[in-house]
Amino acid sequence: MLNLRALFARQEFIIFIVLVALCAIIAIINPTAFLNVPNAFRILRACIVIGIFALGALMVLISGGIDVSFPAIAICALYLSTLIIVDTGIDSVPLAFALGGLIGLALGLVNAVFIGIFKLPTLIVTLGTLNLFRGALLFFAGSVRIRLSEVTTNFADATRWNIITVPAARGEASLHFSILILLGLALLVWFILRYTMLGRAIYAIGGDREAAERAGFNIVRTQFFIYGFVGFLAGIGGIVFGILAREADPFAIVGTELDVIAAVVLGGASILGGRGTVIGTLLGVLLITLISSNLVLLGIPTEWQRFVIGALIIIGVGIPALQSLRRKVRHTQLSGAV
Amino acid sequence: MTQELLRLEKIVKSFAGVQALKGVDLQVNSGEITCLVGENGCGKSTLIKVISGVYQPDSGSIFIDGKPVSHLRPIDSIRSGIQVIYQDFSLFPNLSVAENLALNDQLSQGKRFVNWGNVRAIAQEALKRTDVKLPLDALVGDLSVADKQLIAISRAILQDARLVVMDEPTTALTGKEVAALFKVVRNLQAKGIAILFVSHKLNEVLEIAEKVVIMRNGEKVLDTPARELDARKISHYMTGREIAESYYDFTAKPNETTLLKVEHLTLPGAFEDISFSLRSGEILGITGLLGSGRTELAKALFGESPAKSGTIHVKGQVVNIRSIQDAIRNRIGYVPEDRLTEGLFLQRSIGSNIVTSTLKQLLSRVGIVENRKVNNEIGQWVENLHIKTRDVSLPVRSLSGGNQQRVVLAKWLSAKPQILILNGPTVGVDVGSKEELHQIIKDLAHKGMGIIVISDDIPELMATCNRILLMRRGRIGEELVTRQTGEGELSAKLRQSAV
Repeated sequence: MLNLRALFARQEFIIFIVLVALCAIIAIINPTAFLNVPNAFRILRACIVIGIFALGALMVLISGGIDVSFPAIAICALYLSTLIIVDTGIDSVPLAFALGGLIGLALGLVNAVFIGIFKLPTLIVTLGTLNLFRGALLFFAGSVRIRLSEVTTNFADATRWNIITVPAARGEASLHFSILILLGLALLVWFILRYTMLGRAIYAIGGDREAAERAGFNIVRTQFFIYGFVGFLAGIGGIVFGILAREADPFAIVGTELDVIAAVVLGGASILGGRGTVIGTLLGVLLITLISSNLVLLGIPTEWQRFVIGALIIIGVGIPALQSLRRKVRHTQLSGAV
Repeated sequence: MTQELLRLEKIVKSFAGVQALKGVDLQVNSGEITCLVGENGCGKSTLIKVISGVYQPDSGSIFIDGKPVSHLRPIDSIRSGIQVIYQDFSLFPNLSVAENLALNDQLSQGKRFVNWGNVRAIAQEALKRTDVKLPLDALVGDLSVADKQLIAISRAILQDARLVVMDEPTTALTGKEVAALFKVVRNLQAKGIAILFVSHKLNEVLEIAEKVVIMRNGEKVLDTPARELDARKISHYMTGREIAESYYDFTAKPNETTLLKVEHLTLPGAFEDISFSLRSGEILGITGLLGSGRTELAKALFGESPAKSGTIHVKGQVVNIRSIQDAIRNRIGYVPEDRLTEGLFLQRSIGSNIVTSTLKQLLSRVGIVENRKVNNEIGQWVENLHIKTRDVSLPVRSLSGGNQQRVVLAKWLSAKPQILILNGPTVGVDVGSKEELHQIIKDLAHKGMGIIVISDDIPELMATCNRILLMRRGRIGEELVTRQTGEGELSAKLRQSAV
């Protein structure tokens, strides 16, 4: 039963309110720059790659782990796929996605081996593989930036695969088809988490690992799924990034991991595991994107964006912590001495 | 109606050459409530694990429904209707009540997808079977220990349990919650489900059990209908020695200043207008029900959540206790009720736990920890309090409940307090250790310490305290002199204070 109080206690709702309020403020202060379709398209476009990554980070966080290696997986997937396409001459967008997904999956499974079989702490493993994957890429595959339009036709052309195009003040504004990939993946992750036993296993492991084991969940298999799937998502995200940026730059993407994790945490996922939703994550992504792309419209200098994101993370993590503290106090007052 | 459900014959189990079970027989009938009691390390837990199939006995036979079972694995045990509810319940705090109830069932059916309508239906069915009312959508993490236990029981019943084994189910429950639990247990019994109840609390055992099985040193020493037993007899069989606890008498020395005097102490919402005094050498009991404010009062005296008004005198001087540091400066010590979360660093060694609050006094002149002094200090407490361990560098976690409680005590005693507040000093401690702890408390008082014992364990209060304050809704309802009060009288007064 969803009463008003329960609604307010949900972080998804709080972040939704914050989002609406922020939009209202920007719209009031700078309506001409903010309230138009091209700007909305711009914000959505900026959400796509972060959003895809965030879906993976969400799964890992719910299971009680943390993954910081996905940017390295994404850039490996993009760069290697581009090299393969150039070398083989098969210039196909579906092939790019298939390759990206597969490379991502393979690298994700490397994480899974260390985490699932050797039982190493997730942060340490993924910090290691973050550097390992990226270092190997730069050493073996090269560090030269590849402009897609110089080496491919179809792949480079995907940049212009738009689903909606509207006239704008200068030229026209478009919404890229990859927003559909984000939405499709979001739907998939939502379904997995909510309606499959695998998804419930992820929540169960994040809630109480030992209880999950006793209940009969296969922890190792679940972890292989989680980290493999996160790798796959990172690979797809990497290809989308390449298409949107029109290039495969081995130095790109790495560094976005904290923003992505921040978005997921702001969206209500618990760092300690067990909690988090797809809708909250998408709202978190939207909020982070709005801040980094539109705070300028408020006259806030770009240097302050980092400050605001940092503050939001602390508030976002602080609210649930305060709530649980309040609950605990109320609980001890109720039960008193044992 | 009573039909043999489970029978164990001459079960032997050894670990690394040590016999944990030395040929134990046990029979459980359907619809029967059996209590299994014994001190820590008597083999109770091993026996339960044999029943649940976690351990394979070295020799002996197991019969289920009269048929011999050659190799009982956990899954066989569950399939024959045996469900063990562990002390930690194995629940998921982040999931809803409904899902917690239904999850195991869905897993064992090999479901791949979740039908939420189904989950609710299963959960409702589970609660109906145990006749328990709980909000299906609440998160389990937000519920009380008692509710969590009811969920664990309901979940077990859902899997068509015929025998439910409960390991120390009442340790963390209040009196009211225990009563509610017993109602559920009797309800199950009426449905023909057998209950094997493992407990330390003798009065509860006597209240609920039809049959009592007592174990000592891996052997069954008694197996008899409960009506033939009383608490004294049970402790006798458990420990192998007669435990006769006597009253604690105290006569004040005429011209000595009162050690602790509390006047009109008030913390709105917790306690109000509390006045009492404590003399050196006295053991003062404070009791009261759920929410009576007794723990809050202790925490106020210890500066953890200071009172808003009123005065505290220590040795005739008004003192201002606003923080734990203030309390320690006035040599007030507090042993919390939940030693696991409040009192100890479980992963750290026994030794370092003992000296953690007094390390400063063990420094050499240049401020470096002097190992010799530290080791002396640790050795002294381990000896004085009879902490049973082969090595003080082992983590505290490796100790039994009674010994953990002694480490907490040692930690505070090493700070040489003049006033010691003990909150539930023997919760989760077996009978033998309990008596020893009581003796330690009395010895401390004899040496001149003023002690406050907060407890709802009536025999404990009767055995240790010379005076008892009964708290009721944040106020002191009555002051009783132990010598002039019967156990039954105190227990009746405690129950009445609920209304």
